Amino acid sequence: MSDATRLSVFKTYKLYVGGKFPRSESGRVYEVTDSKGNWLANAPLSSRKDARDAVVAARKAFGGWSGATAYNRGQVLYRVAEMLEGRREQFVREVADAEGLSKSKAAAQVDAAIDRWVWYAGWTDKIAQVVGGGNPVAGPYFNLSSPEPTGVVVVLAPQESSFLGLVSVLAPVIATGNTAVVIAGEKSPLPALSLAEVLATSDVPGGVVNVLSGRTAEIATPLAAHQDVNAIDLAGADEELAKELEIAAADNLKRVLRPQPVDYSATPGIDRMTAFLETKTVWHPTGSLGASGSAY
Amino acid sequence: MPTNAPTAAILSDVTSSDSTLRRFLHGLPGVDAVGLEARAASLGTRSIKTTAKAYAIDLAISMVDLTTLEGADTPGKVRALGAKAVLPDPTDRTTPTTAAVCVYPDMVAVAKEAVAGSGVKVASVATAFPAGRAALEVKLADVRDAVAAGADEIDMVIDRGAFLAGKYLKVYDEIVAVKEACGTSARLKVIFETGELSTYDNIRRASWLGMLAGADFIKTSTGKVAVNATPANTLLMLEAVRDFRAQTGVQVGVKPAGGIRTSKDAIKFLVLVNETAGPDWLDNHWFRFGASSLLNDLLMQRQKLATGRYSGPDYVTVD
Repeated sequence: MSDATRLSVFKTYKLYVGGKFPRSESGRVYEVTDSKGNWLANAPLSSRKDARDAVVAARKAFGGWSGATAYNRGQVLYRVAEMLEGRREQFVREVADAEGLSKSKAAAQVDAAIDRWVWYAGWTDKIAQVVGGGNPVAGPYFNLSSPEPTGVVVVLAPQESSFLGLVSVLAPVIATGNTAVVIAGEKSPLPALSLAEVLATSDVPGGVVNVLSGRTAEIATPLAAHQDVNAIDLAGADEELAKELEIAAADNLKRVLRPQPVDYSATPGIDRMTAFLETKTVWHPTGSLGASGSAY
Repeated sequence: MPTNAPTAAILSDVTSSDSTLRRFLHGLPGVDAVGLEARAASLGTRSIKTTAKAYAIDLAISMVDLTTLEGADTPGKVRALGAKAVLPDPTDRTTPTTAAVCVYPDMVAVAKEAVAGSGVKVASVATAFPAGRAALEVKLADVRDAVAAGADEIDMVIDRGAFLAGKYLKVYDEIVAVKEACGTSARLKVIFETGELSTYDNIRRASWLGMLAGADFIKTSTGKVAVNATPANTLLMLEAVRDFRAQTGVQVGVKPAGGIRTSKDAIKFLVLVNETAGPDWLDNHWFRFGASSLLNDLLMQRQKLATGRYSGPDYVTVD
């Protein structure tokens, strides 16, 4: 068989929910094109029921992921970087198509994204020392503050930066022990859906990251009002949508991270991690030690 | 429903001896297992939405036998369960009460006090639940104990060992004796533990045996074994109560128990009831769900329909 007669095999992109790759419950898909308008592939057009299922999966995964040691989470995040390195060519191609970049510029984006995973992998067991610690008190007590993950976080991935932007908002959420429901960029969801395949093969437990593609406003609205979602990152929402979602999110006092101009190529700092951390402070009484080594 | 007198007379004859009873039970038509499962699965695909869904959810809540059958049950837990049965969703007082709370006999008095004045009934498992491996005298004492403590309903288990060994009359006599011990104050639910009966034919036989012996309800399982209520075995039992009423004029209730955890599942069972036994059974006097976690899911779905927002487990009680 000669090369000329071979039909290429097109890839069916699917959602990533609870560690599995389902099609949208609605059965809908939409056409994804490159920056010049050429058809690339069909992506699932998620419905609110897919969003609901994703939250259920994320909630289920929260106990195990938030309870894993920070060291272990760091290893898992580093593993993601390892796996990405192996599929670098694929992501360069997808990013170049999605954003209309030259191959070298797309490669720079992918490299920066891989390095970002490593950066956050290093932070998992260090963030507690930076934002927590022992507090001085005037009494016979220890007083300790420690950062705790917020819970299930909905992440609206940035629309303009399909891969580096996505990694820059997703990695800080899961690094600290939250679980995430990601809404991929509406026009260019393919790098996000491919990232799901990497996550599935890199020790990230199913449900820790769930990826939905489709119309951002349609999926985000029920998620912003969802009573079992603890926080929402509005990075991918325009001004009007962000306002609407913030109002919906107020009902159960979700934490909201408003959209802000970000240079995704710069070193990110810890703000995106602390945005989805809560500080737990415990008072522990101390006293004179008895013969058994304890006063109690 | 007119009584078919000749048939009723025949049915009274069949329990006269072990051999006539066996001949009758083994003379029941065999179950088409593939057809049964396909029928149950196809009825499960019905789409129930909006107002019909709201009706189904409220109906399902009113049919729940809120159950706690753990060795670790405390009076406090039973009281909490009773409070939940009376007022399932404290944030929405239009929510119906559940049908009953279901507890072990020694907790009946506590449960009775917790639901007093609400119309919620107290059901008690008895007869050496869940294995049923005890002497008849012990089982009857268990029943009398629960009835004396004020149980409105008794959930008994049949002797599966005797049933599987073919000693149908022994099983029959036991149910009759328990029914007598229940007196007029308590309704009797007979648990077959369908997961241990191996075949659909056996479930059909057990259903008829239970109904002949005077069961007010036939119930699938204890919730203590691997296979509990399934759409197929519940469909089979619904067919049995339908046929029994057609032949004798006596209506018997059905209670699937164990493994029903979501509103979606519960609504599938309601479709089975409506399409098989008919709307006469769509009432908590004739159909029940034996469940504990199901109620929370029903409440979350109810909140979703009322507010338009998806609810979460933080908004229902943990029990």
